[in-house]
Amino acid sequence: MYALELKNINKSFGDVHANKNICLQIPKGTIHGIVGENGAGKSTLMSIIYGFYEPDNGEILVNGNALKINDSCDAIAAGIGMVHQHFMLVENFTVLENVLLGAEDGAMLNESLGKARKRLEKLEEEFSLEVNVDAIVERLSVGLQQRVEILKALYRDAKILILDEPTGVLTPQETKHLFKILNILKEQGVTIVLITHKLQEILDITDNVSVMRQGEMVAHTKTKGTTREELAELMVGRKVRLKVDKSDSEVKESLLSIQNLSVIDHQNVPRVNNVSLEVKAGEVVGIAGVSGNGQSELLEAIAGITAIQAGKIQFAKEAITPEHPISPDKIRKLGVAHVPEDRHKMGMVTKMTASEAAILGYHNDKTYNGRILMDLKAVEQDCAEKMQRWDVRPPKPELKSANFSGGNQQKLIIAREVEQNPDVLLIGQPTRGVDIGAIEFIHEQVIKLRDAGKAVLLVSVELEEIMALADRIVVMFDGQIVGEVAAKDADELTLGLMMANAAGNEDNQQEN
Amino acid sequence: MEWFNTIIIMLDATLRVATPLLFAALAGMFSERAGVVDISLEGKMLASAFAAAAASSVTGSVWCGLLAGIATSVFFALIHGFACITHRGDQVVSGVAINILVAGLTVTLGRYWFQQGGQTPQLKDAERFKPIEFPFAQELADVPVIGHVYSELLSGHNILVYLAFALVPLSAWVLYRTRFGLRLRAVGENPSAVDTAGISVTWLRYRGVLICGVLCGFAGAYLSTALTGGFIANMTAGKGFMALAALIFGKWRPVPVMLACLLFGFLDAAAVRLQGVEIADGVAIPVELINAAPYILTVFLLAGFIGKAIAPKAVGTPYVKER
Repeated sequence: MYALELKNINKSFGDVHANKNICLQIPKGTIHGIVGENGAGKSTLMSIIYGFYEPDNGEILVNGNALKINDSCDAIAAGIGMVHQHFMLVENFTVLENVLLGAEDGAMLNESLGKARKRLEKLEEEFSLEVNVDAIVERLSVGLQQRVEILKALYRDAKILILDEPTGVLTPQETKHLFKILNILKEQGVTIVLITHKLQEILDITDNVSVMRQGEMVAHTKTKGTTREELAELMVGRKVRLKVDKSDSEVKESLLSIQNLSVIDHQNVPRVNNVSLEVKAGEVVGIAGVSGNGQSELLEAIAGITAIQAGKIQFAKEAITPEHPISPDKIRKLGVAHVPEDRHKMGMVTKMTASEAAILGYHNDKTYNGRILMDLKAVEQDCAEKMQRWDVRPPKPELKSANFSGGNQQKLIIAREVEQNPDVLLIGQPTRGVDIGAIEFIHEQVIKLRDAGKAVLLVSVELEEIMALADRIVVMFDGQIVGEVAAKDADELTLGLMMANAAGNEDNQQEN
Repeated sequence: MEWFNTIIIMLDATLRVATPLLFAALAGMFSERAGVVDISLEGKMLASAFAAAAASSVTGSVWCGLLAGIATSVFFALIHGFACITHRGDQVVSGVAINILVAGLTVTLGRYWFQQGGQTPQLKDAERFKPIEFPFAQELADVPVIGHVYSELLSGHNILVYLAFALVPLSAWVLYRTRFGLRLRAVGENPSAVDTAGISVTWLRYRGVLICGVLCGFAGAYLSTALTGGFIANMTAGKGFMALAALIFGKWRPVPVMLACLLFGFLDAAAVRLQGVEIADGVAIPVELINAAPYILTVFLLAGFIGKAIAPKAVGTPYVKER
């Protein structure tokens, strides 16, 4: 008998067949991994199990009993708990209130709060999930917030725990700790479903793994005896190289030099604190760090989007200082291209067509303009060429950019910036939400640019990506650079420790 | 003792003027804590004021008037809810629509029903809320200070005034001590969290909006059947917006909201009091300036002091289940 069994689940959204005849069997007390690219249908499947969507047909069996799960209430009653990728927490509530929400005993809070406190303390001890129950959630680190989510599920007696991309926001150390917790849960008989796109994690912790591709389950296998390469091939449907080939870099003159840079945001919080950094021609400098430690603001300051409060950003010809800001447009003309971290917010306008999105920021160039009106033919022609060179699919410039997949949107944006032949490329989260096939391609292009003698500044929360691309890695923590290593000497453990600033000086530790 | 009497009289007026603000601000609090912006406080109040005066005048019972006022206000609250919660419409647009609709509808119906140029007939005593004298108020009136405060300031208001102020601790208790309050606060901050916990976001928000309707009903009925003796076109005169300002100024918390209402009420009372007062020989403070004082102060307070008032995070955004 299986803890969770799916029989022939189908789900369509309009024309999109998101789940096709999904069958899945998960034995009790095991950790089951589900891998697949973005849009493979993993999240839809999990939403069906957790009662967010109703399947078009098919059966869900929990402990051998066929169940109808219409909403989250039914799922919780069936002993299914879920830790969502974006936490479902009320940020200004305490841990206790968050756990209690929806699981109160009666109309009055006092009694339930007392009871909940006792039960939580027991649960924390049982599963070694230490969290201060009176802490306000927004003040907790991401790792701790995730624990609150797990506690929420356990408090509701979850026997099946689904975790959706749980490690995306964690440092390697936090990930390790999470896996320790998951193993304890497993020993106690909890069945765990782990959804991820990180293949190494699947190999590290799961017992069995299922691979999804384009809405279908393409393979079920025991984790022992499979390899990353095999899983990647199953996910993509063809052979992929997971390593980036690159030669040693030939470093030349400095193209971007940052001195004692400080950025304070509009809420008066210092985001970048006295950062000095140099990026030279022919090298990729990677900035590692848990998201929210000032990398984004640093990138935006260099791109001219955010004002700086102190220090200097020196390009080849001109410099940004607090007294002398330079507009993003001017910076672009100085030969600095910027691929923003969040492509939907800053990289493109999803309601525009691909051809329009492909010239954003360069739309005043002579090539795209007639005397008075824009030369739309040239714009479309230009986009068609870029699409061909960058393998953007489908190659239709007139299509709305929202209708392209994440990977293809990203390729279009990178094409737009790189084809301007910049001296410096600022690139943030180049492969966030991008499928493996496109990742491979994007990485190659970044290295190509480096080999052409350009300077690349890369910000990514994916440590693997940084280690694959960068020649030099700097780690940011709390707005400061807390360490620098050459990529060949870097390993995940030391970088992880730096990211958590465990090796930080005493001052920093006291602040935390 | 002249100045003391003046202060007592002004505070007494403050309570009376602050009452409708307080009802409306608490109404807004329940709606916005649930994540629904409500700029139709004004419209609901006006609708209720009209309905209360009309029903009271026709039936001869002030309680019937009150019920009619509440029912009308709840009706508009449900329209707001239907547009914003069920159909995920724009909450500001819906609110503006209600305000405009009510401003015109009350006058039109009033003309048609009562033929008095949009006003309702002057209400008789039985058709209005009357002051309640506290025990021994008469006897204690001559005791200095305490007696004054007791008989002049505390005693002698109508039941709705006392109800409004009693609602402050009650609201705080509901919000912070009950399951409903926990869920209401949560749904205004992060509806997804509420949904995944197995609670209906829609029903919860509707309840917030309903409470808002009931309280706005009290506010409106107070204006036309307690503070004055009948309905006059556009008699709310921006009080709904003042209440919103008080809500923001009070950071969506019951007690600070009450204090903000009292402050605005006091300015209003002071404005009346200061009319015709000469600051120098023959130079009086312009009436217009005094009348504008509460609004000017509101602008200053909103712009300067409370720049950091943090609204419920999900306020104004319809809840759509993510795909």
